[in-house]
Amino acid sequence: MDKHISSQFDAELTGVSSRVLELGGLVESQTRHGVYALAQLSSEVADQVVATEKQVNALEVEIDAELASIIARRQPTARDLRLLMAISKITGNLERAGDEAERIARMVKLILEQGSPRNLPASELRIAADLATGLLRKALDAFARLDVNMALVILKEDDLIDAEFNGFVRKLVTYMMEDPRTISASLDLLFVAKAIERIGDHAKNIAEFVIYVVKGADVRHTALTEIEKAVQ
Amino acid sequence: MPNTTQTPLKNAIEIRNLSFFYGTFKGLKDVNLNIAENKVTAFIGPSGCGKSTLLRTLNRMYSLYPGQRAEGEINLYGTNILDKKQDLNLLRAQVGMVFQKPTPFPMSIYDNIAFGVRLYENLSRSDMDDRVEWALSKAAIWNEVKDKLGQSGLSLSGGQQQRLCIARSVAVKPKVILLDEPTSALDPISTAKVEELVSELKKDYTVAIVTHNMQQAARVSDFTAYMYLGELVEFGVTEQIFMKPVKQETEDYITGRFG
Repeated sequence: MDKHISSQFDAELTGVSSRVLELGGLVESQTRHGVYALAQLSSEVADQVVATEKQVNALEVEIDAELASIIARRQPTARDLRLLMAISKITGNLERAGDEAERIARMVKLILEQGSPRNLPASELRIAADLATGLLRKALDAFARLDVNMALVILKEDDLIDAEFNGFVRKLVTYMMEDPRTISASLDLLFVAKAIERIGDHAKNIAEFVIYVVKGADVRHTALTEIEKAVQ
Repeated sequence: MPNTTQTPLKNAIEIRNLSFFYGTFKGLKDVNLNIAENKVTAFIGPSGCGKSTLLRTLNRMYSLYPGQRAEGEINLYGTNILDKKQDLNLLRAQVGMVFQKPTPFPMSIYDNIAFGVRLYENLSRSDMDDRVEWALSKAAIWNEVKDKLGQSGLSLSGGQQQRLCIARSVAVKPKVILLDEPTSALDPISTAKVEELVSELKKDYTVAIVTHNMQQAARVSDFTAYMYLGELVEFGVTEQIFMKPVKQETEDYITGRFG
């Protein structure tokens, strides 16, 4: 993108964008660690994930303050305004994805405390979890490069996570029917699965905002075929 | 989006293939544009882009200067005002103009308003009183001047002077009001009052405004035209121009990436 006459304005936009990527990096590692804690049933790693939450929240507040300051002083328009609007929304989505990672970590600790049966299909969450963390990373890449094609790929891949989630729920139901003693632990896993699925949704939302910045089309709540038409 | 895009609008002015010449220099190049009735249309663009030139063609202000001429058509409610037979005094009563610097006449506030009216109408003293009050009220300055109508117009503050000038053009009941940088010499509070006034005026009049202040165009106008080097680059609903302009040149200008 061409530079503004005011190089200070450019510096401010670049600055706040890189803060978003910093936040994204934090949340991405939070998510990865949450999934790792689940796979390894590691209490220490789960603690780390919970501890990161404070940093994430602080960064979210800082980014919002920067946005408000830029809007107040620069009165941005067109693409600049869309970028700042998108950053505000992306920041919110990242923070909530972080909340989901924290939820996973807390669930891991709960599972450990309860000494739940280990024969539940926790490892099968791995596929969905890897998809979700991968999607989050891609969403951040798409934002960093303002890459519409990559954003489109993310919108498609989110469906895979949803399919994994549905499959996993069916499996849990089978376990619960076979052995009602697994119901409590199964419900815990269900919450974890739901958290993973939500992280995918947040990644998808971020991808939608990338399209908004570049194309000026608001593609939320829009069918994929319509979105593909809108970005052409 | 405002419903301006949905309701079919009546055009006060239709500009067709308008070119303008300062001697041999072509200041406007084949401009086509409609100015909708009871809406505010803003013209933005860098210095020398032709926006003031365009505004000055709309009431043939340029006819005062030899060597300046316009080609094409400007239809004001169906009448081509570029026609040689056009009565210029009548045109300027129909299309009023307010300039960058307030230009009150060196006479009383009352006479500043009455002066123009006397040129076109023969009103009784009480009718004239009513007209003066009406025009000053329309320009949102009546309450500030009603007790000093006999004082010189030059005794008012800059912002009041500008609203007095707006009242003066309103007084002759024009169809269209042209505002050429109406607030660039005013402080922020006076500017806000004039902007508020513009929103009021459009209920009764069609307004065309030239401004260097892009945010002002965004605030007060329904439609925005972006001009560059004598050409109309993009014209559309103001929200669309400021949120998602079609042309890259427009985007570069309004986001401050120009030049």
